[in-house]
Amino acid sequence: MTGGTSTTAAGLAEELAAGAVTSVEVTQRHLDRIAEVDDRLHSFLHVDAEGALEQAAASDARRANGEALSPLDGIPIAVKDVLATKGLPTTCGSRILEGWVPPYDATVVARLREAGLPILGKTNMDEFAMGSSTEHSAYGPTRNPWDLDRIPGGSGGGSAAAVAAYEAPLAIGTDTGGSIRQPAAVTGSVGVKPTYGGVSRYGLVSLANSLDQAGPVTRTVLDAALLHTVIGGHDPRDSTSIDAPLPDLVGATQRGAEGDLSGVRIGVVKELGGEGYQDGVLARFQESVDLMVAAGAELVEVSCPHFVHALATYYLILPAEASSNLARFDAMRYGLRVTPEGDPSAEDVMRATREAGFGDEVKRRIILGTYALSSGYYDAYYGKAQKVRTLITRDFQQAFEHADVLLSPTAPTTAFKLGEKVDDPLAMYLNDLATIPANLSGVPGISVPSGLADEDGLPAGVQILAPAMADDRVYLVGAALEAILLDKWGGPLLDQARGLDELDHRTGTTA
Amino acid sequence: MNAELMPYDEALERFDPALGLEVHVELNTASKMFCGCPTEFGAPPNTQTCPTCLGLPGSMPVVNRTAVESAMRIGLALNCEIAEWCRFARKNYFYPDMPKNFQTSQYDEPIAFNGWTDVVVEGPDGPQTVRVDIERAHMEEDTGKSLHVGGATGRIHGADYSLVDYNRAGIPLIEIVTKPILGTRELVPLVAKAYVAQLRDLLLGLGVSDVRMEQGSLRCDVNLSLAPRDVGSESDGAGRHALGTRTETKNVNSLRSVERAVRYEVQRHAAVLTSGRPILQETRHWHEDTGITTSGREKSDAEDYRYFPEPDLVPVAPDREWVERLRASLPEPPHERRARLQAAWGFTDLEMRDTVGAGALGLVEETIAAGASAQTARKWWLGELARRANETETDIAALGVTPADVARVQALVDEGAINDKLARQVFDGLVAGEGTPDEIIAARDLAIVSDEGALSAAVDEAIAANPDVADKIREGKVNAAGALIGAVMKQMRGQADAARVRELVLEKLT
Repeated sequence: MTGGTSTTAAGLAEELAAGAVTSVEVTQRHLDRIAEVDDRLHSFLHVDAEGALEQAAASDARRANGEALSPLDGIPIAVKDVLATKGLPTTCGSRILEGWVPPYDATVVARLREAGLPILGKTNMDEFAMGSSTEHSAYGPTRNPWDLDRIPGGSGGGSAAAVAAYEAPLAIGTDTGGSIRQPAAVTGSVGVKPTYGGVSRYGLVSLANSLDQAGPVTRTVLDAALLHTVIGGHDPRDSTSIDAPLPDLVGATQRGAEGDLSGVRIGVVKELGGEGYQDGVLARFQESVDLMVAAGAELVEVSCPHFVHALATYYLILPAEASSNLARFDAMRYGLRVTPEGDPSAEDVMRATREAGFGDEVKRRIILGTYALSSGYYDAYYGKAQKVRTLITRDFQQAFEHADVLLSPTAPTTAFKLGEKVDDPLAMYLNDLATIPANLSGVPGISVPSGLADEDGLPAGVQILAPAMADDRVYLVGAALEAILLDKWGGPLLDQARGLDELDHRTGTTA
Repeated sequence: MNAELMPYDEALERFDPALGLEVHVELNTASKMFCGCPTEFGAPPNTQTCPTCLGLPGSMPVVNRTAVESAMRIGLALNCEIAEWCRFARKNYFYPDMPKNFQTSQYDEPIAFNGWTDVVVEGPDGPQTVRVDIERAHMEEDTGKSLHVGGATGRIHGADYSLVDYNRAGIPLIEIVTKPILGTRELVPLVAKAYVAQLRDLLLGLGVSDVRMEQGSLRCDVNLSLAPRDVGSESDGAGRHALGTRTETKNVNSLRSVERAVRYEVQRHAAVLTSGRPILQETRHWHEDTGITTSGREKSDAEDYRYFPEPDLVPVAPDREWVERLRASLPEPPHERRARLQAAWGFTDLEMRDTVGAGALGLVEETIAAGASAQTARKWWLGELARRANETETDIAALGVTPADVARVQALVDEGAINDKLARQVFDGLVAGEGTPDEIIAARDLAIVSDEGALSAAVDEAIAANPDVADKIREGKVNAAGALIGAVMKQMRGQADAARVRELVLEKLT
């Protein structure tokens, strides 16, 4: 049928343009799907059915007048709850922001509205984007559509699960150390972390300002390119935004989709693989590399020796910046306020509120960051981490002299079981081993599905990294790999998702 | 004498003072440091705010280019070097009037550094020039303003509740920090006052700030320490002096208070040190009403602001062409300006020093620009208004009398509409905030009586009441007329033209 929830955004765009379906119909179907499955998946923290349908009706009216605002006008989208949405609750997955309704839109959200995309709601996430499983959400975990007992990745597990379970054709995620790419890998979807500064951070509630980047969460590379084109580009409200036009991402995707990689040098990063990586993940990765070589790519092995320090570096810079960013949650102006008994001072109220409002992982990182910035420790920790960061950037520069793109598995394992690592922070942190270097040096990356691991039948992802501002390259190579694998599989990987069958079986609907 | 204080002269015999001044200047940019909100003073609370200056989640700062330019002009006027590349940092601490619980400020990379300015003070042997070295001038944002309601003191302790106004949050500030000012001995309070007065004139000349100390747009923190003379007067061979432990007296917000606070702390430090107790490194509060300082919080190494570079902002890297353009457009330096104005006004050295010392140089200049002569401008500001400022312990610029007011009063005197005595009553009205000079004259009915009939009748009455005096005048003793004139003026409540009264007396009796 037309306008179905399994149709890609690009497909819906064609159907809307042809008048085969209306935005109200498309939006309603996704709202219905959310109503059917989200009590079990919990991708959403807030659904705005009324607002989405109003925006859809407005889109249909525009289209009737021949005034569509963009190729994606009328296609509904889900937004990670870390982006400020005017009039819609924004909690960042935290109790401390429960009930906060921002008086303003993040630039990304404003651009979605300007392009005519109805906003379905806000998606679940690890509290303040700290985590790799969405289990650190104060509002309960999101489940993986492939297996409801497993995690959907994190921190943007809600956005990834929403697109993988056909609750939304498109979603916005944010990626500070892998929070778009790792959930994409473990849910069999596509996620892009743009070049740092390529998408405005204005209105994105900061986790680590020098690492955060918003980007597309979709089921196909083309959908990601279409969405990236809508949200990307210079924003004077974000001083770190790049004042240069975006490359032609859709064009690069279309070229890539022809499946010809002749003349493209693909570099496999020696340090991102091997020990700590699941066999099935490595097997799918090797298969992808082989298929790309068969499609004409030239394989080079590159070494990035400082990547082994990336995790340690990240866990100094991130908590340092986060400890300062999160200081503003003090009960004085918005959000939760806990007033202790007796005659409390302002400081007593701040202390009680932060004690009650932040979860353990957030407190852990505030303590780490406060320590790393302390007088006498700054040089040894934060200062040293910034130096290593420079070395990691140099590693990238040298690697990109030999290769046009760099490849690795996106995450070392497939989705693990809910609760398996929640009490072991270090094991949790290892999920982002391969994705963190890109954030530390600001380069763009995409995760595309590479197939299912033999041992557990769960999806894995390939990460493709390119030099800063060469986002078009990740789309070109990503689209090529996607096309080659679709050929091999005979259809989208998500068609094999068992958890979806379970959801559909129980609800009696079909996607 | 307060037992906690040592007589000033004795303190100076025993100790050498070292002075440091930190001055915060609010810039008069149309918008805030990191957002587009207006900066108008006195707007209703929380009406000049946006997501950024409220520190709402997700908001981000963008540097105000005009503020950077003002900072560079201040730096250049203070003979500073201008950084080729510098950053903002976060100063982390919790306080309810700070929206993000960090202040975006410059830390180890100030926009301007290594400068100096020369001030002139009246020493025992005449005017003396003291060079004040400038450590740095850096950019930062102001905090909001807390209002503590209830309780006796208006301070947070004992208040029923507190309100916060974030209109001030994010207003651009420039903090100007001197290096330790050494070797000024007993002149140290005068040097402090002269430096702040000079800074005020310089900032006014640059047009970068309203520099209204009473509104808090120029706020001064006084750092002071004493070293025993036998140590302090010796340098360590590298030209450095051993400094004692310092105190930082916050928010000393008038020129007069700067002088008084320095003098007070010299006397207090001397008393404490002589009694064998240590000086605590602490911040202190200045009490304008009682003229004393009291202990604030102890400032120890425990205060850790966890500075780190602000990751939401890119470095400020002013190109040299911009810097040179600003340098070329600077107003004349203060000492050249003083020399030029003295020559133009024909003031004696003493008159000029009094004018500068009273902090009235700019006021006199503006009064002359508004139409008064140099001598009349000086007469009113230094004769009349400086006295009132002293009596009421306010800054001369904060009396509520503007240069335009003074020029208007003098114009009315010149026209014969009022005389000097009435003019003083007009100034009473201006200080009391009763309106413009013309409004005050109308409301207080101060105009000179020029009605010939009324004057003539008053003169006749005076002659009738003083027949003896009248006879003397008739006999040719013209000097006796003064008594009759006085009687007429008294009857007319001073509002008569004394010269015309004299003419009438003489007409009628000779």
